[in-house]
Amino acid sequence: MESGKSKLKQILKSGRLAVTAEISPPKHASAEMIVQQTRLLGDYVDAANITDCQTAVVRMSSIGAGVHILREGIEPVVQMTCRDRNRIAIQSDLLGAYSLGIRNLLCLSGDHQMFGNHPTAKNVYDVDSIQLIRLVRRMKDEKLFFSGEAFNGQEPRFFVGAVANPFADPFEYRVDRLEKKINAGAEFIQTQTIYDLERFTRFMEMCVARGLHERAYILAGVTPLKSWRAARFLQTSVPGMIVPDDIVRRLKNAENQQEEGKNICLEQIKYIKEEVKGVSGFHIIAISWPEVVPDIVKSSGLYPRPVID
Amino acid sequence: MIIAEQKPVAEIAGYIESCNKVLLVGCGGCVTVCLTGGEKETEILASALRIKRRQEGKPLETVTCVATRQCEPEYIDALDSAVRDVDAIISLACGIGPQYLAGRYKDKYVVSAMNTRFAGGAKRHGFWEEYCGLCGDCVLNLTGGICPVIRCAKSILNGPCGGSQNGKCEINRDVDCAWQLIHDRLKILGRLDTLKEIVPPKDWSRSRDGGPRKMVIEDVMSGSNPEKAN
Repeated sequence: MESGKSKLKQILKSGRLAVTAEISPPKHASAEMIVQQTRLLGDYVDAANITDCQTAVVRMSSIGAGVHILREGIEPVVQMTCRDRNRIAIQSDLLGAYSLGIRNLLCLSGDHQMFGNHPTAKNVYDVDSIQLIRLVRRMKDEKLFFSGEAFNGQEPRFFVGAVANPFADPFEYRVDRLEKKINAGAEFIQTQTIYDLERFTRFMEMCVARGLHERAYILAGVTPLKSWRAARFLQTSVPGMIVPDDIVRRLKNAENQQEEGKNICLEQIKYIKEEVKGVSGFHIIAISWPEVVPDIVKSSGLYPRPVID
Repeated sequence: MIIAEQKPVAEIAGYIESCNKVLLVGCGGCVTVCLTGGEKETEILASALRIKRRQEGKPLETVTCVATRQCEPEYIDALDSAVRDVDAIISLACGIGPQYLAGRYKDKYVVSAMNTRFAGGAKRHGFWEEYCGLCGDCVLNLTGGICPVIRCAKSILNGPCGGSQNGKCEINRDVDCAWQLIHDRLKILGRLDTLKEIVPPKDWSRSRDGGPRKMVIEDVMSGSNPEKAN
C-alpha cells in the first residue's frame, strides 16, 4: 500500500464491499482497551471508526485513539464533530491528525451536550457538518485554510466521510441532505444503524434514482443487539433511531438473546447485500459487544477481507 | 423584547447581608411587560427581603422606585436623591440596568436581582419563548422566517441534523425542530429548493465575540454636527 493513501478508499474504489467497525475510546488515559479491541478486530475489518466523545461524554480524543489503532495495524476513520471546536481548533486538530498518519475523516455535527456527562458545557457549532465537509475538501483540493489563506507546506488529504440518517425526519428531505453532503465533497457515507429495512430500502431507492451511490460510497450501518432491553433502549431513548416492535419481540421471545441478536444482524446484512442496490459496504456498530464483530464478518461471507498491495 | 427573571430571594438576600438600607429600582421597560421587574414585582421583592431579614433579627430598610427605562441615562439621573443614603442599589432591570447604575453611582454597591435570559416573544399570557439569538447577521430570509441560529439547539445552518424525529428536536420532545418548521414553511411557499443550497459558515464576528456591538444613527446623535444632521 502506497504510504499516505487510504486503504478504505482503495477497497471501495475497487468495487468490493468494505467492512468497518466502530471503536469507542475509553473514559481514561490508558490505551490498553483500544489495543485489545483493535487486536480483536484483527483482519476482519478494513478500518475502524473512532468516535469523537459520542453522546457528548468525555473520552480519549478520537485522534489520540486513532493513532493507537494505527500502531496496531488497523486503519482508523477518525470522527470530527462540530460540537466542541471552533474552526481554528478543528483545523489545528486536522493538521495534527494527518501528520500522525490518519487518512480517513468522518465529519459530523455531534450529539448535543445535554446527553453527556457535561450537560452545562457551552457548545460551539461554529460550523455545521456540511460546512465542515466543504472546508476539509477545500484544504485538500485548493490547499487553502478555511479562511482562504494558502498552506505553506503539506496539505491534509483526507478521504472525507459524512453520515446520513434515513430514520430522522423530515424523511423527504433526508436524500436532499445526503446529496448536499455529497455536493459539499463527502466521498463516503456512513448511515445510522438500520433496523427498519423497508424505510432504508426506500431511502436507497431514492439515492440510486439520483445517482448518489455513484458519487459517494454508501456504507450501511448495522448494530447487533445483545438483548431485548438493548433493543428497547434504542427504540425509546436514542434520538433519530427506528427499531420496529418485531425486533424487540423476537429478542424477548428468544431462548438465547445474544444468538438471536447476531442472527438478526446477519439477516439484515444478507437482505441489504441481496435486495438493496447502491450499498458499498457495511459499518458494524457493536455497542459494548466488540467480540461479536469477527463472527458477524465471517458468517456473513465478508471474510477474508481484500488485501491491498 | 428582553426576557429576564428574578433570582431567588435567598440569593439576592445573600448579596445584601451586610446592608441596612437598600434602594430597589424596577424598570418600566421589558421586565414590566414580562412581569418580573416592574412596579409590582419591585414592591413584592422589597417586602420579601424585609420579612426575611426581620425573621433573622436584622431588620432591613427598603426604598423603592421604578425608572421608566434603566437603559437610558436620562431616566437614571432622576435617582440621584434616592441613592444618597442607601448601602446598596438593587436593580430589577435586565443586565443593562445594573451596569448603567454602577456607571453613574461609582461608589455604590449595585446588586442585580435578575437573570437576563433571552430575546423572546409572547406565546400567550405568561409564556415567552426565545426567537432571536442577536447574532448580528440575520439568516431569516433564507429560512422561511424561522431562526435556526437560536431555535435549533445546534445552530446549524444546513439542517435538520440526524436527531430530528416527528418534528421534535433530539434534546427534548417538547422542543420543536426548527428545521422541520423551516422545511414545512418553505414547502408551503414552494421554496424547498432553497434547502439544497449549501449555506457557508457564518460570520460570528458580528455576534458577541467582537467586543460590545454598537449602532449609530448619526442624525439623531446628541452632539452631532447640526449641519450634517440637518
